[in-house]
Amino acid sequence: MLTIKNLHAEVEGKQILKGINLEIGKGETHAIMGPNGSGKSSLASVLAGRDNYTVTEGEVWFNGKNLLDLSPEDRAREGVFLAFQYPVEIPGVSNLNFLKTALNEIRTYKGLPAIEGRDFLKLTKEKQQLVDFNANLMNRSLNEGFSGGEKKRNEIFQLAMLDPQLAILDETDSGLDIDALRIVSNGVNKLRDAEKSFVVITHYQRLLEYIVPDFVHVLYNGRIIKTGTKELALELEERGYDWLKEELHLKEA
Amino acid sequence: MTSDITLPFYQALTTDVNALSACQAQDELQGIRREALERFAVLGLPTLKTEAWRYSNIQRYLKEFPYELLYATTTVPAATIAQTAIPELDSYRIVLVNGHLQADLSELPAGKGITIGALSAHTQAPGFTTWFNKQHHLAQESLATLNTALFADGLYIELAANTVIDKPVHIVHVYTTTQHAFIQPRHLWVLNRNAAATIIETSVHPDAGAVTFTNSVLETVVEENAELWHYNIQQGDQHFREVHTTAAQQQANSRYHHFNFTLPGTPFTRNNLSVALNGSNTETNLNGLYIANESQHVDNHTFMDHIMPNCNSNELYKGVLLDNANGVFTGRILVHREAQKTNAFQQNNNLLLGTKADINSQPQLEIYADDVKCSHGFTAGQFSEESMFYLRSRGIGEDAAKALMVNAFSHDITDAVKVPALQHYLQEQIAAIMNN
Repeated sequence: MLTIKNLHAEVEGKQILKGINLEIGKGETHAIMGPNGSGKSSLASVLAGRDNYTVTEGEVWFNGKNLLDLSPEDRAREGVFLAFQYPVEIPGVSNLNFLKTALNEIRTYKGLPAIEGRDFLKLTKEKQQLVDFNANLMNRSLNEGFSGGEKKRNEIFQLAMLDPQLAILDETDSGLDIDALRIVSNGVNKLRDAEKSFVVITHYQRLLEYIVPDFVHVLYNGRIIKTGTKELALELEERGYDWLKEELHLKEA
Repeated sequence: MTSDITLPFYQALTTDVNALSACQAQDELQGIRREALERFAVLGLPTLKTEAWRYSNIQRYLKEFPYELLYATTTVPAATIAQTAIPELDSYRIVLVNGHLQADLSELPAGKGITIGALSAHTQAPGFTTWFNKQHHLAQESLATLNTALFADGLYIELAANTVIDKPVHIVHVYTTTQHAFIQPRHLWVLNRNAAATIIETSVHPDAGAVTFTNSVLETVVEENAELWHYNIQQGDQHFREVHTTAAQQQANSRYHHFNFTLPGTPFTRNNLSVALNGSNTETNLNGLYIANESQHVDNHTFMDHIMPNCNSNELYKGVLLDNANGVFTGRILVHREAQKTNAFQQNNNLLLGTKADINSQPQLEIYADDVKCSHGFTAGQFSEESMFYLRSRGIGEDAAKALMVNAFSHDITDAVKVPALQHYLQEQIAAIMNN
């Protein structure tokens, strides 16, 4: 589904990604871990098309399409979704209107007619319950005055509504207490199926107890330095990242 | 009767006695007209050196075409009006063609205490004799004095004490001329004690091959404990230019809610809005939204005159400037020494979206009382890149994202519109402008 080859990217002239290779298959869940500043969120931003990042080398293919050639909106329409680490507050844009616009823009791109008002409300209700999103927040302005947990839940709710093929969760666990973490994780787990793939970016192993990944990658200094299964996350939790860094330096020496 | 004004404008007007006598059908106004014309001769046409007009070069627009003063009435077919309806709006309708009431297309509210008709037919009415040309700011604005001297006709509304109009009144201004014309409509609306009304103004400009320049003046009087909701929607087009002066007076305990929407179309728009608070404990809300594109010039010149104590005024003007559009906002607040316990707030926010768009904004606060709360603020900015990226990352294209953001920017103005059909209409208009 997603193939990343030798991806290099920089921001403001500073090299952040230094040759990422990653293959994500249909229905798989990949966790990307790593210390602060290793490039995890940058990878998410580059995939979603944030324009202050410049790709200097490498390729990204998504379902046979060159993802890097597409605008952010076209990436979303093709089925890439980024759950933001810091969801933006937009006063005056209602949550409902925003979602309806997004859904219809995606439908237009796919050659489908606009969704009927009744069907939209039905879908909204269904997904709201699925991911346990507070209905009172629906008519409010987008994320305005939402708590940290409510914002993250709104990201998962949008994910459920837009139904992408690839969802990238950028530190969705950051700033969540254990109850909120459980609710968010439950929502994600209900959305997992054989067609949908997830990239879960996190600093902590804690999230991976709830969202159990098929693969765990360690990103360090702009490169993936180790890949394993969920046991690798546990090992990182116990031993930290230093042993990996040393291992890497020995290899390079 | 017409008068060529290709000469320097005021010279032509002050030397041509015919111009004055031409519109003096009402003898009882001769004194007022003559006095106004003398005043106009003193003030002269504004130039860029006139402080209140330093960002709006009206002379450039007056010289564009050989305008002729136009007094004659004309009528339009019903089809012209059909397209001006606001969907779902249940309202009365008043049609004015070049400032003249066209009764057969109008649907006037009837009932005890409601007087509506041509201004020229009501110069003996008590509201007219008491209030006409009495708002003292009018004598300071040269184009208003010109209007007083040479206006042809306009709309007179008077609501007797305790009269409430049950539905909004929709005034449709039609401007259409076959020769380049300078038109000066004059209106007076008087709401007596405890009266209440909602008035919506829109305009339509059927192209008859010529450019129309209007210099209109509206006086509104909101008497003791009366309430007026007033929505003015300016949506012109390429063959229209507009100077519009609204001079309001409020008496004790009255409420005046003024909304001014200027949407794309008219190359030159200047709005003078002044409110004189002659009584205590009043409430005034001035809301403005201007969305301008191409090389449109929109100037809102506002003046809150706090004469009496314990009055509240709240002014919020927001602008979206696209392409090369030019915005001007002036917010003058004058708090007299007697006007203690005044609350006067003013805010002007702008989105500069065109590469050559600009805004000149100036608050002018003159405060002579010591126990008041007054504030003003100004912003000019672009869309937040982070917000745009967030919307686009959800599949929303750049144009639709901009439309959403502009709607969001203007929502505190549109949300304050109390007529649901009108609110919806305005939101749709804004979305359509942004999707174009």
